[in-house]
Amino acid sequence: MFELTGQQIVFYAFSFMLIASALMVITVRNPVRAALFLVLAFFSAAAIWLLLEAEFLAITLVLVYVGAVMVLFLFVVMMLDINTAPLQEGFTRYLPLGLAVAVIIVFELSLVLGPENFGLDKIAAPIAHAADYSNTKAIGLILYTDYVYPFEIASVILLVAIIAAIALTFRRRKGTKSQKPEEQVAVRREDRVRIVKMKAEKR
Amino acid sequence: MFEMIVTIWQDAIALLPGGIQPFAEIITKIIAIMIPLILSVAYLTFAERKIIGYMQVRIGPNRVGPRGLFQPFADVFKLVFKEIIIPSNSNKFLFIGAPLITFAPAMAAWAVIPFDEGMILSNIDAGLLYVLAVTSIGVYGVIIAGWASNSKYAFLGALRSSAQIVSYEIAMGFALVGVLIAAGSLNMHDIVIAQQGSVANWFFLPLFPLFMVYFISGVAETNRAPFDVAEGESEIVAGFHVEYSGMAFAVFFLAEYANMILIAGLTVVMFLGGWYSPLAGLGVVSETLFAIPYIGWMFDSGFHWLVFKMAFFLLLFLWFRATFPRYRYDQIMRLGWKVFIPITIVWLLVVGVAVLAEIPPWFDKGGAA
Repeated sequence: MFELTGQQIVFYAFSFMLIASALMVITVRNPVRAALFLVLAFFSAAAIWLLLEAEFLAITLVLVYVGAVMVLFLFVVMMLDINTAPLQEGFTRYLPLGLAVAVIIVFELSLVLGPENFGLDKIAAPIAHAADYSNTKAIGLILYTDYVYPFEIASVILLVAIIAAIALTFRRRKGTKSQKPEEQVAVRREDRVRIVKMKAEKR
Repeated sequence: MFEMIVTIWQDAIALLPGGIQPFAEIITKIIAIMIPLILSVAYLTFAERKIIGYMQVRIGPNRVGPRGLFQPFADVFKLVFKEIIIPSNSNKFLFIGAPLITFAPAMAAWAVIPFDEGMILSNIDAGLLYVLAVTSIGVYGVIIAGWASNSKYAFLGALRSSAQIVSYEIAMGFALVGVLIAAGSLNMHDIVIAQQGSVANWFFLPLFPLFMVYFISGVAETNRAPFDVAEGESEIVAGFHVEYSGMAFAVFFLAEYANMILIAGLTVVMFLGGWYSPLAGLGVVSETLFAIPYIGWMFDSGFHWLVFKMAFFLLLFLWFRATFPRYRYDQIMRLGWKVFIPITIVWLLVVGVAVLAEIPPWFDKGGAA
Protein backbone atom coordinates (compact mmCIF):
# COMPACT_ATOMS: atom_id res chain seq x y z
CA MET A 1 0.00 0.00 0.00
CA PHE A 2 1.38 3.41 -0.97
CA GLU A 3 1.67 6.10 1.63
CA LEU A 4 1.17 9.37 -0.18
CA THR A 5 2.33 12.52 1.52
CA GLY A 6 0.63 15.81 0.76
CA GLN A 7 3.56 16.86 -1.38
CA GLN A 8 3.36 13.70 -3.46
CA ILE A 9 -0.36 14.13 -4.01
CA VAL A 10 0.27 17.66 -5.27
CA PHE A 11 3.14 16.43 -7.44
CA TYR A 12 1.14 13.64 -9.07
CA ALA A 13 -1.90 15.86 -9.54
CA PHE A 14 0.12 18.48 -11.39
CA SER A 15 2.16 15.92 -13.31
CA PHE A 16 -1.03 14.28 -14.50
CA MET A 17 -2.40 17.67 -15.51
CA LEU A 18 0.85 18.54 -17.28
CA ILE A 19 0.95 15.34 -19.30
CA ALA A 20 -2.75 15.40 -20.06
CA SER A 21 -2.68 19.00 -21.25
CA ALA A 22 0.49 18.39 -23.27
CA LEU A 23 -1.28 15.49 -24.99
CA MET A 24 -4.28 17.69 -25.66
CA VAL A 25 -2.03 20.32 -27.27
CA ILE A 26 -1.12 17.89 -30.05
CA THR A 27 -4.48 16.14 -30.35
CA VAL A 28 -7.18 18.84 -30.28
CA ARG A 29 -8.28 20.05 -33.70
CA ASN A 30 -8.83 23.69 -32.85
CA PRO A 31 -5.53 25.62 -32.76
CA VAL A 32 -6.85 28.15 -30.23
CA ARG A 33 -7.74 25.35 -27.85
CA ALA A 34 -4.34 23.79 -28.42
CA ALA A 35 -2.71 27.08 -27.43
CA LEU A 36 -4.89 27.29 -24.32
CA PHE A 37 -3.90 23.75 -23.34
CA LEU A 38 -0.29 24.78 -23.76
CA VAL A 39 -0.96 27.56 -21.26
CA LEU A 40 -2.34 24.97 -18.84
CA ALA A 41 0.78 22.87 -19.40
CA PHE A 42 2.99 25.84 -18.51
CA PHE A 43 0.96 26.38 -15.37
CA SER A 44 1.30 22.80 -14.25
CA ALA A 45 5.04 22.88 -14.92
CA ALA A 46 5.30 26.05 -12.85
CA ALA A 47 3.48 24.36 -9.99
CA ILE A 48 5.91 21.43 -10.11
CA TRP A 49 8.85 23.82 -10.04
CA LEU A 50 7.34 25.45 -6.98
CA LEU A 51 7.49 22.07 -5.26
CA LEU A 52 11.22 22.08 -6.03
CA GLU A 53 11.55 25.41 -4.16
CA ALA A 54 12.42 27.07 -7.46
CA GLU A 55 9.88 29.82 -6.99
CA PHE A 56 11.77 32.34 -9.11
CA LEU A 57 11.79 30.06 -12.15
CA ALA A 58 8.19 29.05 -11.58
CA ILE A 59 6.90 32.60 -11.35
CA THR A 60 9.05 33.70 -14.28
CA LEU A 61 7.66 30.83 -16.34
CA VAL A 62 4.16 32.11 -15.70
CA LEU A 63 5.18 35.72 -16.21
CA VAL A 64 7.12 35.24 -19.45
CA TYR A 65 5.51 32.27 -21.17
CA VAL A 66 1.95 32.55 -19.95
CA GLY A 67 1.80 36.32 -19.59
CA ALA A 68 3.62 37.34 -22.74
CA VAL A 69 4.64 34.64 -25.21
CA MET A 70 1.38 32.72 -25.27
CA VAL A 71 -0.66 35.91 -25.50
CA LEU A 72 1.14 36.83 -28.72
CA PHE A 73 0.79 33.24 -29.88
CA LEU A 74 -2.95 33.33 -29.28
CA PHE A 75 -3.13 36.61 -31.16
CA VAL A 76 -1.67 35.05 -34.27
CA VAL A 77 -3.56 31.78 -33.98
CA MET A 78 -6.90 33.50 -33.42
CA MET A 79 -6.54 35.64 -36.49
CA LEU A 80 -5.62 32.77 -38.77
CA ASP A 81 -8.55 31.10 -40.39
CA ILE A 82 -7.11 27.63 -40.50
CA ASN A 83 -9.07 25.09 -42.44
CA THR A 84 -8.03 21.78 -40.95
CA ALA A 85 -9.46 19.55 -43.67
CA PRO A 86 -6.65 19.98 -46.26
CA LEU A 87 -4.07 19.54 -43.52
CA GLN A 88 -5.33 16.04 -42.83
CA GLU A 89 -5.39 14.98 -46.49
CA GLY A 90 -1.93 13.50 -46.82
CA PHE A 91 -2.14 11.50 -43.59
CA THR A 92 -1.50 8.06 -45.07
CA ARG A 93 1.17 9.35 -47.42
CA TYR A 94 3.21 10.91 -44.61
CA LEU A 95 2.47 8.18 -42.09
CA PRO A 96 5.59 5.99 -42.72
CA LEU A 97 7.96 8.95 -42.61
CA GLY A 98 6.25 10.33 -39.52
CA LEU A 99 6.41 6.99 -37.77
CA ALA A 100 10.10 6.65 -38.57
CA VAL A 101 10.85 10.09 -37.15
CA ALA A 102 8.75 9.32 -34.07
CA VAL A 103 10.61 6.06 -33.45
CA ILE A 104 13.98 7.80 -33.74
CA ILE A 105 12.92 10.54 -31.34
CA VAL A 106 11.57 8.06 -28.80
CA PHE A 107 14.79 6.03 -29.05
CA GLU A 108 17.00 9.08 -28.56
CA LEU A 109 14.95 10.39 -25.67
CA SER A 110 14.97 7.01 -23.96
CA LEU A 111 18.77 7.02 -24.19
CA VAL A 112 18.94 10.35 -22.40
CA LEU A 113 15.96 10.10 -20.11
CA GLY A 114 16.08 6.37 -19.35
CA PRO A 115 15.85 5.14 -15.78
CA GLU A 116 19.61 4.40 -15.63
CA ASN A 117 20.36 8.13 -15.72
CA PHE A 118 17.96 9.11 -13.00
CA GLY A 119 16.91 7.91 -9.61
CA LEU A 120 17.94 8.92 -6.15
CA ASP A 121 21.28 7.02 -6.37
CA LYS A 122 22.32 9.03 -9.45
CA ILE A 123 20.95 12.41 -8.47
CA ALA A 124 20.51 13.09 -4.80
CA ALA A 125 17.18 14.47 -3.66
CA PRO A 126 17.33 18.26 -3.46
CA ILE A 127 17.89 19.50 0.07
CA ALA A 128 14.86 21.15 1.57
CA HIS A 129 15.79 24.66 2.63
CA ALA A 130 14.65 26.60 5.64
CA ALA A 131 11.77 29.03 5.36
CA ASP A 132 14.06 32.07 5.09
CA TYR A 133 15.88 30.68 2.06
CA SER A 134 15.33 32.84 -1.00
CA ASN A 135 15.64 31.08 -4.32
CA THR A 136 15.48 34.44 -6.09
CA LYS A 137 18.46 35.75 -4.18
CA ALA A 138 20.39 32.53 -4.81
CA ILE A 139 19.80 32.71 -8.55
CA GLY A 140 20.68 36.40 -8.62
CA LEU A 141 23.93 35.80 -6.77
CA ILE A 142 25.10 32.96 -8.96
CA LEU A 143 23.96 34.67 -12.17
CA TYR A 144 25.87 37.87 -11.48
CA THR A 145 29.03 36.29 -10.09
CA ASP A 146 29.88 32.87 -11.54
CA TYR A 147 27.89 33.20 -14.75
CA VAL A 148 28.14 36.91 -15.34
CA TYR A 149 29.86 36.64 -18.75
CA PRO A 150 27.48 34.07 -20.27
CA PHE A 151 24.60 36.08 -18.86
CA GLU A 152 25.81 39.37 -20.31
CA ILE A 153 26.63 37.77 -23.66
CA ALA A 154 23.18 36.21 -23.83
CA SER A 155 21.55 39.53 -23.09
CA VAL A 156 23.60 41.27 -25.79
CA ILE A 157 22.63 38.59 -28.30
CA LEU A 158 18.98 39.11 -27.42
CA LEU A 159 19.34 42.85 -27.80
CA VAL A 160 20.95 42.39 -31.21
CA ALA A 161 18.08 40.11 -32.18
CA ILE A 162 15.52 42.70 -31.11
CA ILE A 163 17.23 45.46 -33.07
CA ALA A 164 17.71 43.20 -36.08
CA ALA A 165 14.05 42.19 -36.08
CA ILE A 166 12.99 45.82 -36.02
CA ALA A 167 15.56 46.87 -38.63
CA LEU A 168 14.55 44.06 -40.99
CA THR A 169 10.84 44.75 -40.86
CA PHE A 170 10.91 48.49 -40.48
CA ARG A 171 10.51 50.30 -43.75
CA ARG A 172 8.81 53.56 -44.26
CA ARG A 173 6.56 53.66 -47.28
CA LYS A 174 6.33 56.86 -49.19
CA GLY A 175 3.14 58.79 -48.91
CA THR A 176 1.95 57.48 -45.57
CA LYS A 177 0.78 60.15 -43.24
CA SER A 178 1.97 60.03 -39.70
CA GLN A 179 1.73 62.66 -37.07
CA LYS A 180 4.69 64.25 -35.36
CA PRO A 181 3.71 64.96 -31.79
CA GLU A 182 6.61 67.33 -31.20
CA GLU A 183 5.34 69.56 -34.01
CA GLN A 184 1.80 69.30 -32.71
CA VAL A 185 2.89 70.36 -29.27
CA ALA A 186 4.94 73.24 -30.60
CA VAL A 187 2.01 74.75 -32.49
CA ARG A 188 1.01 78.24 -31.40
CA ARG A 189 -2.39 79.70 -31.75
CA GLU A 190 -1.14 82.24 -34.29
CA ASP A 191 -0.15 79.40 -36.65
CA ARG A 192 -3.64 78.02 -36.86
CA VAL A 193 -6.11 80.76 -36.09
CA ARG A 194 -6.50 84.06 -37.86
CA ILE A 195 -8.86 86.51 -36.26
CA VAL A 196 -10.62 88.63 -38.82
CA LYS A 197 -12.68 91.66 -38.04
CA MET A 198 -15.47 92.44 -40.42
CA LYS A 199 -18.68 94.28 -40.42
CA ALA A 200 -21.98 92.48 -40.30
CA GLU A 201 -23.30 91.91 -43.78
CA LYS A 202 -26.75 92.67 -44.92
CA ARG A 203 -28.96 89.83 -45.92
CA MET B 1 -11.22 46.00 19.47
CA PHE B 2 -9.06 44.69 16.66
CA GLU B 3 -6.80 42.74 19.03
CA MET B 4 -9.90 41.20 20.61
CA ILE B 5 -11.12 39.85 17.26
CA VAL B 6 -7.67 38.43 16.57
CA THR B 7 -7.54 36.65 19.95
CA ILE B 8 -11.03 35.21 19.50
CA TRP B 9 -10.03 34.05 16.05
CA GLN B 10 -6.81 32.47 17.34
CA ASP B 11 -8.70 30.70 20.13
CA ALA B 12 -11.25 29.40 17.65
CA ILE B 13 -8.49 28.07 15.40
CA ALA B 14 -6.81 26.39 18.37
CA LEU B 15 -10.01 24.44 19.07
CA LEU B 16 -9.82 22.69 15.71
CA PRO B 17 -7.97 19.38 15.29
CA GLY B 18 -4.27 19.88 14.59
CA GLY B 19 -4.22 18.71 10.98
CA ILE B 20 -6.58 21.31 9.60
CA GLN B 21 -5.45 24.24 11.76
CA PRO B 22 -3.18 25.92 9.18
CA PHE B 23 -5.83 25.30 6.56
CA ALA B 24 -8.54 26.94 8.63
CA GLU B 25 -6.22 29.82 9.42
CA ILE B 26 -5.55 30.55 5.75
CA ILE B 27 -9.18 30.14 4.75
CA THR B 28 -10.38 32.58 7.40
CA LYS B 29 -7.69 35.05 6.37
CA ILE B 30 -8.77 34.77 2.73
CA ILE B 31 -12.37 35.39 3.74
CA ALA B 32 -11.29 38.35 5.85
CA ILE B 33 -9.66 39.87 2.76
CA MET B 34 -12.26 38.87 0.16
CA ILE B 35 -15.45 40.09 1.82
CA PRO B 36 -14.30 43.68 2.44
CA LEU B 37 -12.76 43.64 -1.02
CA ILE B 38 -15.96 42.61 -2.76
CA LEU B 39 -17.93 45.11 -0.70
CA SER B 40 -15.54 47.86 -1.68
CA VAL B 41 -15.86 46.81 -5.31
CA ALA B 42 -19.62 47.16 -4.99
CA TYR B 43 -19.36 50.55 -3.36
CA LEU B 44 -16.70 51.71 -5.80
CA THR B 45 -19.25 51.37 -8.58
CA PHE B 46 -21.64 53.41 -6.46
CA ALA B 47 -18.95 55.99 -5.66
CA GLU B 48 -18.13 56.26 -9.33
CA ARG B 49 -21.70 57.08 -10.28
CA LYS B 50 -22.09 59.51 -7.41
CA ILE B 51 -18.77 61.30 -7.82
CA ILE B 52 -18.96 61.60 -11.58
CA GLY B 53 -22.52 62.75 -11.08
CA TYR B 54 -21.46 65.58 -8.82
CA MET B 55 -18.59 66.46 -11.15
CA GLN B 56 -21.12 66.81 -13.94
CA VAL B 57 -23.60 68.71 -11.72
CA ARG B 58 -26.04 65.83 -11.39
CA ILE B 59 -27.06 63.95 -8.27
CA GLY B 60 -26.41 60.40 -9.35
CA PRO B 61 -28.35 57.39 -8.06
CA ASN B 62 -30.50 58.45 -5.08
CA ARG B 63 -33.56 56.21 -5.15
CA VAL B 64 -32.61 52.95 -3.42
CA GLY B 65 -32.13 53.42 0.29
CA PRO B 66 -30.97 56.61 2.01
CA ARG B 67 -29.13 58.77 -0.57
CA GLY B 68 -29.06 55.77 -2.87
CA LEU B 69 -26.72 53.81 -0.60
CA PHE B 70 -28.29 50.44 -1.45
CA GLN B 71 -27.95 50.97 -5.18
CA PRO B 72 -25.07 48.44 -5.58
CA PHE B 73 -27.23 45.69 -4.06
CA ALA B 74 -30.12 46.57 -6.32
CA ASP B 75 -27.73 46.34 -9.27
CA VAL B 76 -26.42 42.98 -8.12
CA PHE B 77 -29.92 41.52 -7.76
CA LYS B 78 -30.92 42.86 -11.14
CA LEU B 79 -27.88 41.28 -12.78
CA VAL B 80 -28.25 37.97 -10.94
CA PHE B 81 -31.82 37.51 -12.09
CA LYS B 82 -31.13 38.43 -15.68
CA GLU B 83 -30.84 35.71 -18.25
CA ILE B 84 -27.37 34.82 -19.45
CA ILE B 85 -27.59 34.61 -23.20
CA ILE B 86 -25.01 32.37 -24.79
CA PRO B 87 -24.53 33.19 -28.47
CA SER B 88 -25.08 30.34 -30.90
CA ASN B 89 -21.84 28.95 -32.36
CA SER B 90 -19.91 30.28 -29.41
CA ASN B 91 -17.63 28.12 -27.36
CA LYS B 92 -19.76 27.56 -24.28
CA PHE B 93 -17.07 26.43 -21.86
CA LEU B 94 -14.68 29.24 -22.70
CA PHE B 95 -17.52 31.74 -22.92
CA ILE B 96 -18.52 31.09 -19.32
CA GLY B 97 -14.92 30.65 -18.17
CA ALA B 98 -13.59 33.93 -19.54
CA PRO B 99 -15.13 36.25 -16.92
CA LEU B 100 -13.76 34.01 -14.19
CA ILE B 101 -10.27 34.12 -15.69
CA THR B 102 -10.43 37.93 -15.57
CA PHE B 103 -11.79 38.05 -12.06
CA ALA B 104 -9.64 35.44 -10.32
CA PRO B 105 -6.20 37.10 -10.80
CA ALA B 106 -7.57 40.42 -9.53
CA MET B 107 -8.43 38.59 -6.32
CA ALA B 108 -5.41 36.29 -6.15
CA ALA B 109 -2.94 39.17 -6.28
CA TRP B 110 -4.15 40.34 -2.86
CA ALA B 111 -2.39 37.38 -1.27
CA VAL B 112 0.89 39.29 -1.13
CA ILE B 113 -0.36 42.81 -0.37
CA PRO B 114 0.69 43.88 3.14
CA PHE B 115 -2.08 45.71 4.98
CA ASP B 116 -0.20 46.59 8.12
CA GLU B 117 3.02 45.55 9.78
CA GLY B 118 2.89 41.75 9.79
CA MET B 119 -0.61 41.77 8.35
CA ILE B 120 -0.20 39.90 5.10
CA LEU B 121 -1.72 36.68 3.86
CA SER B 122 1.43 35.22 2.35
CA ASN B 123 4.72 36.92 3.09
CA ILE B 124 6.60 35.34 0.20
CA ASP B 125 10.01 36.47 -0.91
CA ALA B 126 9.13 36.88 -4.57
CA GLY B 127 6.00 38.93 -3.85
CA LEU B 128 6.60 41.52 -6.55
CA LEU B 129 7.19 38.84 -9.18
CA TYR B 130 4.07 37.06 -8.03
CA VAL B 131 2.01 40.21 -8.50
CA LEU B 132 3.43 40.71 -11.99
CA ALA B 133 2.82 37.10 -12.96
CA VAL B 134 -0.69 36.88 -11.58
CA THR B 135 -1.89 40.17 -13.02
CA SER B 136 -0.53 39.20 -16.43
CA ILE B 137 -2.95 36.28 -16.51
CA GLY B 138 -5.97 38.59 -16.50
CA VAL B 139 -5.47 39.37 -20.18
CA TYR B 140 -6.50 35.81 -21.06
CA GLY B 141 -10.02 36.50 -19.87
CA VAL B 142 -10.23 39.36 -22.34
CA ILE B 143 -8.79 37.40 -25.27
CA ILE B 144 -10.85 34.30 -24.59
CA ALA B 145 -14.03 36.33 -24.14
CA GLY B 146 -13.49 38.02 -27.48
CA TRP B 147 -12.73 34.79 -29.26
CA ALA B 148 -15.37 32.59 -27.63
CA SER B 149 -18.16 35.09 -28.30
CA ASN B 150 -17.84 34.41 -32.03
CA SER B 151 -18.64 38.03 -32.77
CA LYS B 152 -16.66 40.53 -34.82
CA TYR B 153 -17.10 43.42 -32.42
CA ALA B 154 -16.13 41.37 -29.40
CA PHE B 155 -13.10 40.05 -31.25
CA LEU B 156 -11.92 43.51 -32.33
CA GLY B 157 -12.43 44.78 -28.81
CA ALA B 158 -10.45 41.87 -27.39
CA LEU B 159 -7.57 42.48 -29.79
CA ARG B 160 -7.44 46.16 -28.96
CA SER B 161 -7.67 45.64 -25.27
CA SER B 162 -5.17 42.81 -25.00
CA ALA B 163 -2.61 44.55 -27.22
CA GLN B 164 -2.93 47.55 -24.95
CA ILE B 165 -2.59 45.50 -21.78
CA VAL B 166 0.47 43.65 -23.07
CA SER B 167 2.19 46.90 -24.12
CA TYR B 168 1.62 48.70 -20.86
CA GLU B 169 2.67 45.68 -18.85
CA ILE B 170 6.25 46.27 -20.02
CA ALA B 171 6.35 49.84 -18.75
CA MET B 172 4.71 48.69 -15.53
CA GLY B 173 7.24 45.91 -15.08
CA PHE B 174 10.13 48.30 -15.59
CA ALA B 175 8.65 50.72 -13.07
CA LEU B 176 8.47 47.88 -10.57
CA VAL B 177 12.10 46.98 -11.28
CA GLY B 178 12.92 50.50 -10.08
CA VAL B 179 11.08 49.81 -6.83
CA LEU B 180 12.91 46.54 -6.49
CA ILE B 181 16.29 48.25 -6.91
CA ALA B 182 15.36 50.98 -4.46
CA ALA B 183 14.04 48.60 -1.80
CA GLY B 184 16.61 45.89 -2.41
CA SER B 185 13.91 43.26 -2.04
CA LEU B 186 11.09 41.57 -3.92
CA ASN B 187 9.17 41.04 -0.71
CA MET B 188 6.22 43.43 -0.53
CA HIS B 189 6.42 43.67 3.24
CA ASP B 190 10.11 44.61 3.07
CA ILE B 191 9.37 47.16 0.34
CA VAL B 192 7.03 49.00 2.69
CA ILE B 193 9.45 48.67 5.60
CA ALA B 194 12.16 50.22 3.40
CA GLN B 195 10.01 53.35 3.22
CA GLN B 196 9.81 53.74 6.96
CA GLY B 197 10.36 57.22 8.36
CA SER B 198 8.65 60.36 7.22
CA VAL B 199 7.01 61.27 3.94
CA ALA B 200 10.47 62.10 2.60
CA ASN B 201 11.41 58.42 2.83
CA TRP B 202 8.60 57.23 0.62
CA PHE B 203 9.71 56.00 -2.77
CA PHE B 204 7.55 58.33 -4.81
CA LEU B 205 10.19 61.05 -4.42
CA PRO B 206 13.30 59.26 -5.73
CA LEU B 207 11.21 57.27 -8.19
CA PHE B 208 8.86 60.05 -9.22
CA PRO B 209 8.90 59.32 -12.99
CA LEU B 210 8.41 55.62 -12.31
CA PHE B 211 5.56 56.43 -9.94
CA MET B 212 3.80 58.46 -12.62
CA VAL B 213 4.45 55.84 -15.29
CA TYR B 214 3.22 53.10 -13.01
CA PHE B 215 -0.03 54.74 -12.14
CA ILE B 216 -0.80 55.88 -15.68
CA SER B 217 0.03 52.41 -17.00
CA GLY B 218 -2.22 51.06 -14.29
CA VAL B 219 -5.07 53.14 -15.66
CA ALA B 220 -4.28 51.80 -19.13
CA GLU B 221 -4.03 48.22 -17.83
CA THR B 222 -7.48 48.36 -16.36
CA ASN B 223 -8.86 49.74 -19.64
CA ARG B 224 -10.25 52.77 -17.86
CA ALA B 225 -10.83 56.17 -19.40
CA PRO B 226 -8.94 57.85 -21.04
CA PHE B 227 -7.51 54.56 -22.28
CA ASP B 228 -10.83 52.77 -22.73
CA VAL B 229 -10.73 52.32 -26.50
CA ALA B 230 -11.39 48.65 -25.82
CA GLU B 231 -14.98 49.57 -25.17
CA GLY B 232 -15.13 52.64 -27.36
CA GLU B 233 -18.91 52.66 -27.59
CA SER B 234 -18.94 54.84 -30.69
CA GLU B 235 -16.75 52.39 -32.60
CA ILE B 236 -17.13 48.83 -31.37
CA VAL B 237 -20.22 48.91 -29.17
CA ALA B 238 -18.81 47.70 -25.85
CA GLY B 239 -15.62 45.88 -26.67
CA PHE B 240 -14.86 42.32 -25.73
CA HIS B 241 -17.93 41.85 -23.54
CA VAL B 242 -20.64 42.87 -26.04
CA GLU B 243 -22.16 39.39 -26.04
CA TYR B 244 -22.24 39.04 -22.27
CA SER B 245 -25.35 39.60 -20.22
CA GLY B 246 -26.53 39.13 -16.67
CA MET B 247 -24.12 37.71 -14.16
CA ALA B 248 -21.45 36.87 -16.74
CA PHE B 249 -21.24 40.54 -17.62
CA ALA B 250 -21.33 41.51 -13.95
CA VAL B 251 -18.23 39.42 -13.29
CA PHE B 252 -16.32 41.34 -15.98
CA PHE B 253 -17.57 44.54 -14.43
CA LEU B 254 -16.48 43.43 -10.95
CA ALA B 255 -13.09 42.40 -12.30
CA GLU B 256 -12.52 45.86 -13.76
CA TYR B 257 -13.23 47.51 -10.42
CA ALA B 258 -11.28 44.92 -8.45
CA ASN B 259 -8.33 45.62 -10.74
CA MET B 260 -8.67 49.33 -10.09
CA ILE B 261 -8.54 48.72 -6.35
CA LEU B 262 -5.57 46.43 -6.85
CA ILE B 263 -3.65 49.02 -8.88
CA ALA B 264 -4.43 51.66 -6.25
CA GLY B 265 -3.22 49.29 -3.53
CA LEU B 266 -0.02 48.41 -5.35
CA THR B 267 0.75 52.05 -6.07
CA VAL B 268 0.33 52.90 -2.41
CA VAL B 269 2.36 49.93 -1.20
CA MET B 270 5.24 50.52 -3.58
CA PHE B 271 5.50 54.27 -3.85
CA LEU B 272 3.58 55.86 -1.01
CA GLY B 273 4.76 53.98 2.03
CA GLY B 274 1.87 51.53 2.41
CA TRP B 275 0.48 51.74 5.91
CA TYR B 276 2.87 54.49 7.10
CA SER B 277 1.26 57.71 8.19
CA PRO B 278 2.33 60.91 6.43
CA LEU B 279 2.39 62.51 9.88
CA ALA B 280 4.95 60.06 11.23
CA GLY B 281 8.61 60.94 11.61
CA LEU B 282 8.04 64.65 12.14
CA GLY B 283 9.61 64.72 15.60
CA VAL B 284 7.69 66.78 18.15
CA VAL B 285 4.70 67.37 15.87
CA SER B 286 3.94 63.71 15.41
CA GLU B 287 4.58 62.90 19.06
CA THR B 288 2.03 65.46 20.23
CA LEU B 289 -0.46 64.35 17.58
CA PHE B 290 -0.13 60.67 18.48
CA ALA B 291 -0.50 61.45 22.17
CA ILE B 292 -3.98 62.97 21.75
CA PRO B 293 -6.33 60.65 23.66
CA TYR B 294 -8.87 58.56 21.70
CA ILE B 295 -8.10 59.99 18.26
CA GLY B 296 -4.30 59.96 18.46
CA TRP B 297 -4.09 56.55 16.78
CA MET B 298 -5.77 58.03 13.75
CA PHE B 299 -2.64 60.04 13.04
CA ASP B 300 -0.30 57.14 13.68
CA SER B 301 0.64 54.63 11.02
CA GLY B 302 -1.79 51.81 10.46
CA PHE B 303 -4.13 50.03 8.13
CA HIS B 304 -6.41 53.06 7.89
CA TRP B 305 -3.69 55.08 6.16
CA LEU B 306 -3.40 52.43 3.47
CA VAL B 307 -7.14 52.73 2.94
CA PHE B 308 -7.03 56.53 2.81
CA LYS B 309 -4.25 56.55 0.27
CA MET B 310 -5.97 53.92 -1.85
CA ALA B 311 -9.18 55.92 -1.72
CA PHE B 312 -7.29 58.89 -3.10
CA PHE B 313 -6.03 56.91 -6.08
CA LEU B 314 -9.46 55.46 -6.71
CA LEU B 315 -10.79 59.02 -6.73
CA LEU B 316 -8.14 59.80 -9.36
CA PHE B 317 -9.45 56.93 -11.51
CA LEU B 318 -12.95 58.40 -11.37
CA TRP B 319 -11.70 61.93 -11.84
CA PHE B 320 -9.80 60.92 -14.98
CA ARG B 321 -12.92 59.37 -16.38
CA ALA B 322 -14.96 62.49 -15.74
CA THR B 323 -12.43 64.92 -17.21
CA PHE B 324 -10.26 63.44 -19.95
CA PRO B 325 -11.28 62.77 -23.54
CA ARG B 326 -10.46 59.35 -24.90
CA TYR B 327 -7.05 58.67 -26.44
CA ARG B 328 -6.85 57.56 -30.02
CA TYR B 329 -5.52 54.01 -30.37
CA ASP B 330 -2.26 54.89 -32.13
CA GLN B 331 -1.63 57.56 -29.51
CA ILE B 332 -2.09 55.01 -26.76
CA MET B 333 0.47 52.74 -28.37
CA ARG B 334 2.87 55.60 -28.92
CA LEU B 335 2.59 56.68 -25.30
CA GLY B 336 3.24 53.18 -24.03
CA TRP B 337 6.13 52.21 -26.27
CA LYS B 338 7.84 55.44 -27.19
CA VAL B 339 7.36 57.53 -24.08
CA PHE B 340 6.91 55.35 -21.03
CA ILE B 341 9.40 52.60 -21.76
CA PRO B 342 12.30 55.01 -22.52
CA ILE B 343 11.47 57.05 -19.40
CA THR B 344 11.53 53.96 -17.21
CA ILE B 345 14.78 52.66 -18.70
CA VAL B 346 16.53 56.00 -18.19
CA TRP B 347 15.24 56.31 -14.65
CA LEU B 348 16.33 52.77 -13.84
CA LEU B 349 19.89 53.88 -14.57
CA VAL B 350 19.40 56.94 -12.37
CA VAL B 351 18.07 54.81 -9.53
CA GLY B 352 20.94 52.37 -9.92
CA VAL B 353 23.48 55.17 -9.63
CA ALA B 354 21.60 56.68 -6.69
CA VAL B 355 21.60 53.36 -4.86
CA LEU B 356 25.31 52.86 -5.50
CA ALA B 357 26.05 56.40 -4.34
CA GLU B 358 23.85 55.78 -1.27
CA ILE B 359 22.05 59.08 -1.61
CA PRO B 360 20.17 60.02 1.58
CA PRO B 361 17.47 59.87 2.83
CA TRP B 362 16.44 56.86 0.76
CA PHE B 363 19.49 54.78 -0.01
CA ASP B 364 21.86 55.44 2.90
CA LYS B 365 20.76 52.46 4.95
CA GLY B 366 24.21 50.90 4.66
CA GLY B 367 23.86 48.10 2.14
CA ALA B 368 20.15 47.52 2.04
CA ALA B 369 20.56 44.79 -0.57
